[in-house]
Amino acid sequence: MVTPVSTVTACYFWDFFFGTLDCKKLLISEIFLTLDAAIHMINQRNLKITEPSIMRILVGVKRVVDYAVKIRVKPDRSGVVTEGVQHSMNPFDEIALEEAVKLKEKKLATEVVAFSLGGPKSAEVLRTALAKGADKAIHVQVSDAEAGKVESFHVAKALKKVVELEKFDAVFLGKQAIDDDSSQTAPILAGLLDWPQALYASKVEDAGNGHVKVTREIDGGLDTIKVKTPFVLSADLRLNEPRYATLPNIMKAKKKPLKNIPIKDLAVDLTPQTETIEVTEPPVRQAGGFVEDVATLVSKLKEKGFVKA
Amino acid sequence: MLSTLSKTSRLSQARSFCLTSQAAAAKDAKSKAPVESDSFVMNLFRGKAVSEQVFPYPLKLDEERKEMLRMFSVPLVKMLQEINDPTKNDETSEIPREVLEKFAELGTFGVLVPPELEGSGFNNCQMARTAEIMGAHDIGFGIVMGAHQSIGYKGILLEGTEAQKKKYIPDLAAGRKFAAFALTEPTVGSDASAVKTRAELSADGKHYILNGGKIWISNGGFADVFTVFAKTPVKQADGSTKDKMSAFIVERAFGGITSGPQEKKMGIKGSNTTEVHFDNVKVPVENILAKEGDGFKVAMNILNNGRFSIPAVCTGTMKHCIQKTVEHITTRVQFGKKLEEFGNVQEKLIDMTSRLYATESVTYLLASNMDRGIKEYQLEAAIGKIIASENAFHVCDEAIQLHGGMGYMRQTGLERVLRDVRILRIFEGANDVLRLFISLTGAQYAGKHLTAQASGIGGIIGLAVQRVTGAKTGSNFEAVVDSSLQESAQSLDKQIGLFGQTVQGLLMKHKKGIIDRQYELIRVANAAISIHSSIAVLSRASYAIKNKSASADFERKIASFYVDGAMRNANKNLVEASNEAENAKLVATIDSLSRQICGNGGLPLQHPIDL
Repeated sequence: MVTPVSTVTACYFWDFFFGTLDCKKLLISEIFLTLDAAIHMINQRNLKITEPSIMRILVGVKRVVDYAVKIRVKPDRSGVVTEGVQHSMNPFDEIALEEAVKLKEKKLATEVVAFSLGGPKSAEVLRTALAKGADKAIHVQVSDAEAGKVESFHVAKALKKVVELEKFDAVFLGKQAIDDDSSQTAPILAGLLDWPQALYASKVEDAGNGHVKVTREIDGGLDTIKVKTPFVLSADLRLNEPRYATLPNIMKAKKKPLKNIPIKDLAVDLTPQTETIEVTEPPVRQAGGFVEDVATLVSKLKEKGFVKA
Repeated sequence: MLSTLSKTSRLSQARSFCLTSQAAAAKDAKSKAPVESDSFVMNLFRGKAVSEQVFPYPLKLDEERKEMLRMFSVPLVKMLQEINDPTKNDETSEIPREVLEKFAELGTFGVLVPPELEGSGFNNCQMARTAEIMGAHDIGFGIVMGAHQSIGYKGILLEGTEAQKKKYIPDLAAGRKFAAFALTEPTVGSDASAVKTRAELSADGKHYILNGGKIWISNGGFADVFTVFAKTPVKQADGSTKDKMSAFIVERAFGGITSGPQEKKMGIKGSNTTEVHFDNVKVPVENILAKEGDGFKVAMNILNNGRFSIPAVCTGTMKHCIQKTVEHITTRVQFGKKLEEFGNVQEKLIDMTSRLYATESVTYLLASNMDRGIKEYQLEAAIGKIIASENAFHVCDEAIQLHGGMGYMRQTGLERVLRDVRILRIFEGANDVLRLFISLTGAQYAGKHLTAQASGIGGIIGLAVQRVTGAKTGSNFEAVVDSSLQESAQSLDKQIGLFGQTVQGLLMKHKKGIIDRQYELIRVANAAISIHSSIAVLSRASYAIKNKSASADFERKIASFYVDGAMRNANKNLVEASNEAENAKLVATIDSLSRQICGNGGLPLQHPIDL
């Protein structure tokens, strides 16, 4: 890869690694150095460059019904009860955020920005994200009524707009939200942006030179891939153990910027593509029965159509 | 608090109970001048319903404080569930240092401290909610936290100079150092001003030399900073020197401080309790809190200021016990029915629930009033502490009972809670002493007003008329209590009137002798507790209905249920306290029997077998 480097930068590299040089002479002679050549020279001198592979990370967080709450279906069966019910940050989003903050602490990322598309109360989840290490937050606000109808497709479109506006090198999302379990936002976003995707990540490592090594949990076991930045990542359960938002950090978070972008400013069409017809509780588990012996068991299974008679 | 039982104030009380001639009244006019108070409980003793401080329910956290509380509760609860192990703490009688450090990181040890001093700037309501969460998970840990910030370094926050605050508070708030409150001694428990530990000025006037020993000091084994109460010789105006109690900030690093081994306790085993000895400890003069001789005031101020955290802790504990009970009675089947279907079980459940509701209502009424700047709340705080500690013990006990044999087993977790909760009736102001304090303080206030009334024109006659016709309480319950609870409000109004009459009768009969009438004083205090908790309940329920709470309907019913029972209780206690002839006989009997037993050094009962 040939990367033309300006003469001034060339001076800097030269200066830094080889001692003082008369830069004026170089400027006049217009020397171009390729990055590869520089690296080659440096490697020859057994010096390592740490070039961060990830620069700025956007982390999507969603406000969902808390995982410990006993879910109840609304009497009109249009959805579940969310009024007066404890809400918190989606657990997989917490893991995604933790990974981004960890990368920043390892100096592999320079900035972590939290994002949420939701009603007014989503601001609290964003402030929690700021308390857990994010530097800034973006709240794409919709009304509570609209929030109930938002789908992964819309969120992905909004994320794409924000990425284009603010130039991120990676988007980290939870693999799925625990309220709708849709698991689509990350892959849809990767498709819309035409970025590589690393889904169900259980380990993230720097691979140098703008690449990242991601270990993924799949049905068959573990799958390790190398992706080039910019890319989309979705976090799985075992990626890390999220930190707690301590009171001192909650206080510091009050001073961090939280930007509000009304949805219309992003020009994202929120027309739902699906219609919820009915939400019901799972059927009550029926009592089983006891049988005396295997023969009776087999005949019962045949009777109920589970075994070909 | 305990001043009412110490010698000095007994005299001042005795003076005020003299309903003598106007001339004599004028002579002592200064000491007898009635103090005006807006406190509901104080005015209850006059038979007046002064409800400015109770209606509307003053709980009002702004959105920012509510959000901070929500954000903090999530990691706090998680850590209490995952990192702290109350069972292990109980078994090993220790909370590991690493656990304390993690909670310190979370910011748990400086919630009330302003942000400039590394705290979180919580107000008392937010602190109450935090204490509630602690109470629901591990009371022992709650005590470690309370001994450190509610009383341990509270003195520096309340009475410290800017220099003292800057020097000590940041480390304490961040949990880098720990604090303890050192008042109790072997001969000094309830009678706080009789401390024997001494602090005498050194020859060069730069240090106080501290000598003495304290017992049962929570956090005593590992605290770095102590608030110590000791007697100092104070020069009086007339040139003489009198020993008065003073308060000091004492660092373990000053040298000469030793703490004994941990005491083996019934409960709150995770809380470190030890003796602390001071041997010629050099305390710099700038470490005195307030002035020489202010020690008693400082101690009472600290204890009074932190007292609301006990009803808060109890609220959390009761919620936990009730939750476990509900889970049990909705699953356990006996005699072919679930336990929840039996009448007696339901009665117990509702009794537990109404006690919880009353305690929670009293807690947040107190904390909110403290937050809005009301300085006089000592009676309300005392009532809160009594009702909460007794309700918590009762609720936990009943929860165990409803669990049957399983309740008695360690693995259920309730027996540890019962053992933990028992101390709450004893320390921080023993409930029996607090009852006497409430009655005497209230009676003193009422007495001063009575004297003023009696010495005014037509005074004594006016009082007599009042007693015959029944004075009006001046309540405005029709306006402030929700319409659905008017019946309860009227019943409460009646008891407030009866309360005033009872106190008046006792004062007029016994005058200064009322100090020794413990039989009546305890009953008067019980009635005060029932009445105050009832008004807190009615206020909170009205507030919930007005704000369209999701549980408004439930609260209306439970409030009415609670007040009904509480008014019967108040009435019973007031009637008992008023029954002059009966009481004279009863008290005499109790006295003579008691003397017989104690004089005998044991029960003087001959065994029926030996006859």
